[in-house]
Amino acid sequence: MTNKNKIKTSVRPLSPHLQIYRPSFTMMMSIMHRISGVILYFGSFLLLAWYISIVLGPEVYQLLNTLFSFFIIKVALFLFTWIFFHHLFGGIRHFIWDTGRGFGLNSIEWLARLTAILSFLSTLIIWFL
Amino acid sequence: MAELTLPKNSRVEKGKSYPLGFESKDKKGFSIYRWNPDDDENPRLDYYEIDLSKCGPMVLDAIIKIKNEIDPTLTFRRSCREGICGSCAMNIDGVNTLACTKSINDVKGEIKINPLPHQPVVKDLVPDLTNFYEQHKSIEPWLKTKSSAPDEEWYQSKDDREKVDGMYECILCACCSTSCPSYWWSSDKYLGPAALLQAHRWISDSRDDYKEERLDALDDAFKVYSCRTIMNCAKACPKGLSPAKAIAEIKKELATRK
Repeated sequence: MTNKNKIKTSVRPLSPHLQIYRPSFTMMMSIMHRISGVILYFGSFLLLAWYISIVLGPEVYQLLNTLFSFFIIKVALFLFTWIFFHHLFGGIRHFIWDTGRGFGLNSIEWLARLTAILSFLSTLIIWFL
Repeated sequence: MAELTLPKNSRVEKGKSYPLGFESKDKKGFSIYRWNPDDDENPRLDYYEIDLSKCGPMVLDAIIKIKNEIDPTLTFRRSCREGICGSCAMNIDGVNTLACTKSINDVKGEIKINPLPHQPVVKDLVPDLTNFYEQHKSIEPWLKTKSSAPDEEWYQSKDDREKVDGMYECILCACCSTSCPSYWWSSDKYLGPAALLQAHRWISDSRDDYKEERLDALDDAFKVYSCRTIMNCAKACPKGLSPAKAIAEIKKELATRK
C-alpha cells in the first residue's frame, strides 16, 4: 500500500508575471513615476552643489557653470528637467486620484497622457523660451 | 524585495507542438502553459492548432475543444461558461480575464494562455489561490451588527443600497489581484485589489455597524498603502469594476476620520 503522505510531488513553480503581462501606458507611467522619484533624489545634489558654489565664492561658481555648460552635461540637465516635470505632473495626477476622482477607464488613460504631454511641453518651454 | 525573474524551477521551456494537419483558413494557434506535478520537468509552452469553423466563439470553447479532441491532459478550471463563477480566470494574450467571456476574435494571431501571474501552479492553468482566499477571509466579508436583530429583515433604503454598486458584483476571480505588480512583490503584506474592494463593500454597507473596526484593521503601512495606483486591476476586471477606486476610497476614509 502506498502511503499518501510519502508520494513525492514536485515543488510548485511560480507562474510567469513580468515576463508575460502585456505592458500598458498607465503601467509604464507608474514605473516612470517611481524611477523619476529616485533620479530626483540624486539629481537634487546637483542643485545643492550649485547653491554651495555660490557660498564658496565667484571662482567656484564660475568653475561649476563651466562644467554645467559642457554639451553632455547639458543634455543630462535637460533630461533632468523633464524628469522633474514628469514627477511633478505625476504627483498632481496622484493628488486627483487621492480625492477619489479620475478612475474611469478613459480618465486613467487621459491623465497618463496629460502627464506625459505636459512634462514634455514644460521642459521645452523652460529650455527654449 | 521584488524578484523580477522567475526561480529556476519555474522557467518556461519550449514544449510540444500539435499542428492541425490540414489546411484551413480558420486555423488558429494557441500557446498554452503546461506544468505537470507528477514529473520533475520545468513548465513548458505547448502549441496547439484548431479549426475555428468547428469551435465556439470564446477562448474557453477553444481550450475545451483542445482538451476533448487533442490533449486530454490539459488542465484548467471552468464551470458556468457565462462570466459569473470566476473559475476560468487566466492570463490570455498578456492580460488577466475570464476565458469564457474573452472572444477568440479579439486576439490577432496566435493566442498565448498562461495561469494567473505570480501564483504557485497546481497544474497547467490551475493556480493555488490559498493566500488570495485567506486574505478575503481576513477582511471578514459578512454583515456584522451591534444593534439587536429586527423582527424581519435588515432594511436598507434604495440610496444606501446603491452605495455598494460597483462592488457587490465582484465574483472573486482573482484577475485583479494577480495583475497587480505591488501584489506580485508583496502578497504577504498587501491585501491586494480584490480583498480591498470587498473590504470597502462592507465598510460602505449601511447595515454594518463595524465600519470603524474594519478601518482600524486596515490601517497599517502595507495592507492598503502598497497600492501604487498602477491601474492594472481596473483594466483587467472582467466585470468592469474598479478596485483602484475602492482602494482610493478606503485611503480617503482612513485619512479623514477622527
